[in-house]
Amino acid sequence: MELFRLTVAEARKLLDKREISATELINSVYRRIDAVEDRVRAFITLTRGQAAEMARNAGTKIKSAGPSSPMLGVPFAVKDNMCTKGILTTCASKILFNFTPPYESTITSRLNDEGYVLVGKTNMDEFAMGSSTENSGFHVTRNPWDLKRIPGGSSGGSAAAVAADECIAALGSDTGGSIRQPAALCGVVGMKPTYGRVSRYGLVAFASSLDQIGPITKDVRDSALLLNSIAGHDPLDSTSAPVSAPDFTAALGRDIKGLRIGIPGEYFIEGIDPEVARAVRDAIRKLESLGAVPVEVSLPHTGYAVATYYVLATSEASSNLARYDGVKYGFRAEGKDLMEMYMKTRSQGFGAEVKRRIMLGTYALSSGYYEAYYRKALQVRTLIKKDFEDAFKSVDVIVTPTSPSAAFKAGEKADDPLQMYLSDIFTISVNLAGVPALSVPCGFTPDNLPVGLQFIGKHFDEESVLQLAYAYEQATDWHKRDPDL
Amino acid sequence: MKYKPVIGLEVHAQMLTETKIFCGCSTKFGSEPNTQTCPVCIGMPGVLPVLNKKALEFAVRTGLATGCTISLYSRFARKNYFYPDLPKGYQISQYELPICEHGRISIIVDGTVRKIGITRIHMEEDAGKNIHEDRGNFSFVDLNRAGVPLMEIVSEPDLRSPREAVEYMKKLRAVLRYLGVCDGNMEEGSLRCDANVSVRPSGQKEFGVKVEIKNINSFRFVEKALDYEIRRQIKVLGDGGKIIQETRLWDSGMGVTESMRGKEEAHDYRYFPEPDLVPIVVDKKWTDEIRVSLPELPDVKKERFVKDYGLSEYEASILTEEINTADFYEKIIAEGGNPKILRSGIITGIFGYMNQHGKTLGELPIKPVHLVNLSRMVETAEVSGTMAKTTVLFEMLDTGRMPEEIIKDKGLSQISDKEEIEKTVDDVLARNPKEVERFKAGEEKLMGFFVGQIMKLSKGKANPQVVNELLKKKLSS
Repeated sequence: MELFRLTVAEARKLLDKREISATELINSVYRRIDAVEDRVRAFITLTRGQAAEMARNAGTKIKSAGPSSPMLGVPFAVKDNMCTKGILTTCASKILFNFTPPYESTITSRLNDEGYVLVGKTNMDEFAMGSSTENSGFHVTRNPWDLKRIPGGSSGGSAAAVAADECIAALGSDTGGSIRQPAALCGVVGMKPTYGRVSRYGLVAFASSLDQIGPITKDVRDSALLLNSIAGHDPLDSTSAPVSAPDFTAALGRDIKGLRIGIPGEYFIEGIDPEVARAVRDAIRKLESLGAVPVEVSLPHTGYAVATYYVLATSEASSNLARYDGVKYGFRAEGKDLMEMYMKTRSQGFGAEVKRRIMLGTYALSSGYYEAYYRKALQVRTLIKKDFEDAFKSVDVIVTPTSPSAAFKAGEKADDPLQMYLSDIFTISVNLAGVPALSVPCGFTPDNLPVGLQFIGKHFDEESVLQLAYAYEQATDWHKRDPDL
Repeated sequence: MKYKPVIGLEVHAQMLTETKIFCGCSTKFGSEPNTQTCPVCIGMPGVLPVLNKKALEFAVRTGLATGCTISLYSRFARKNYFYPDLPKGYQISQYELPICEHGRISIIVDGTVRKIGITRIHMEEDAGKNIHEDRGNFSFVDLNRAGVPLMEIVSEPDLRSPREAVEYMKKLRAVLRYLGVCDGNMEEGSLRCDANVSVRPSGQKEFGVKVEIKNINSFRFVEKALDYEIRRQIKVLGDGGKIIQETRLWDSGMGVTESMRGKEEAHDYRYFPEPDLVPIVVDKKWTDEIRVSLPELPDVKKERFVKDYGLSEYEASILTEEINTADFYEKIIAEGGNPKILRSGIITGIFGYMNQHGKTLGELPIKPVHLVNLSRMVETAEVSGTMAKTTVLFEMLDTGRMPEEIIKDKGLSQISDKEEIEKTVDDVLARNPKEVERFKAGEEKLMGFFVGQIMKLSKGKANPQVVNELLKKKLSS
């Protein structure tokens, strides 16, 4: 078996038994990258030099015996919106084309402490705004299952890198589905933890009250392993919850007999691809056969989720992106005075979708509109949150499709923002409610495109989500398939 | 028609915390540009603010000291606008739910006590500073100040004259300094003031159209800027014009306010709750602890000084304006200084000296013991009160030498020996037989003349009490 195909858990075993070295592992991953990256184009920056050194250091630590930390020597891809000290961090935006942070995000810093190996920084929709990675300011990433198609977004680069075995695992960020939707479209496992579970310090903000970092992995066990490494309170992030994280792998393998799974009628609607609906229904039957008890639930405000999201997320974004003004770092266009410098810098530095969202958000926060848009959206957000709280009174986990369709063709929706926004219809409510959710492969369309199944849990109950997803995964072999590259 | 002004003040007070409000950078004033910065306060991508608990405590202290209600649940909000000295493109401030509300401060103007309402006190971060130097086509930005914690203290429109505005500012400054939450230094910008002012015809209840004046950075300018603006508004109205709602800038050089922007150009700050910070939940127990730890505040201290030390309102108010002056005074008393002797010219003498030399109490070379000793020497008649509050006091303030040394060196000891003084008295009476006759004929005011002559001859050292006694005896015989 090629080493690049390993999961984190498998690599850990082999590294600890010293059957392979961290250097052999990273070399294998780079050989894979050399073979497929020109077609997939998952990365913005490859960090070969640093990776070689990190692998050597990991090797030394492994040799010096003692218990190794879980991620020691494991090659990771990191979405390019997480700040890495001394390594270009662009958010796939021209406005940050030359930005090298003098500081490290809390999450990559934790992985650094564990001795991970950074393969590179992955492509994404600019500032994480998009569902196809076509909004990257640099290039388009392709879906490893069909190179004519998009990998989903905005963490499309990370999902494609995992699917194409260009890394062992990856980090993505999820504001409205940006981990789960590309994971579904690329046939890998993607988890958005509970809001506040993982530190956002050093994650370049899109919408602060919704953003959350999470793992994109080859299977559910890796998801739990990686969550173990990144979860927990961070004094540098006031919104990170002061709750201790359990050992998430403990949930794996627990019997799911009698677990109640909620099936929300609002998620099985017209407009959903029949092939996706069929795969999801089959998956629910599979879960039932494993002992889970399906219960019909209602999330009545689901229909307002997309509108609510696009008011709140864009409002926060309009403010979060104000700092890119050409004054301190990043791209600057020259102007005859301050105002012209500002206008030219931001007009030329941001792409069309980012500008569209800044305008939407600016409008929603403007005096005279604030009450009707921003405040109203906040109220609806509370109702959506309450929908979940009510549903979770009668079920343990909610099961839905991750995305209404499988991967679409590049360019197909690029000119129709509304159509594009609807591809997050099943993932957005989760961010608004702040609950955890995970997408796991649950089948393929006749075109051999992966379909994702979404498990949604209660606040800080990632364990039940992992428990069910793991049981399902163990009973199926969708995750074992590899794209033909 | 006669017009009356209505004034409200928005005061920005820089808090005396060691570190900035949302990061660990130092707040020290006057360092090299951009040496007190980090990724958080220069607004790098992905960084997050963490509230400095000391800043919260200072705001709560100020709120409690001014009778505010402390919000047990409050929030930060973002105030959005573009400017190079504002690195994130928004200022983290408080908007809908400030930490303190509904307080008041008492001032005394012309002997009348007025209670001035405080609408709210909120926390926010300061911006940096743009530096315009003659260096080609560029300006520079210094972000040392960006993120320094501020309190914005907003008064109700309760002030009715520029004098009241100044008194309010002075009282507020005294309170802030008593609490140790702000150094109140207007020159360094740690206390800044914007004013809202309107005028209305005498007797009218409704307020007129208000104008905001920015950039008032000294007590003197508070009065001057308001005086100017009130006259300007009255003139506009008197000429049949209308006041337009606008923001005006005080130009201290020209002594005028000038239009900065009208209502139409007013910024839309697009305030919304700061999602990077959780709501501030304050524990009642904590605020109670802070309440108990509050120092005695100027008003209370002043009343006590009047009652305990027999001081006049005026003396007590100058002594309590600064907490270190009040503490200094109480230390003198505690160590045995006599309040009666001290108030007869010595305390006012020190303040006169400070004003004349532009010095603060801390800069004077004296300690309480100087004044304790001086007071004791007056009490025991070793030196005359007049000598004590003039020659001895000023020498002491100039050099920091102890009063007993000065008195000894300069031979300023008071002569209380009756025989010695009697010689001088006899001498003076013998030299002025005409005046003695006139006195005996009923011209009693000549007493002063004799005393003056005797003091002159004794070089001011004769004990006036003994002099008086002897004179009366001799002249009545």
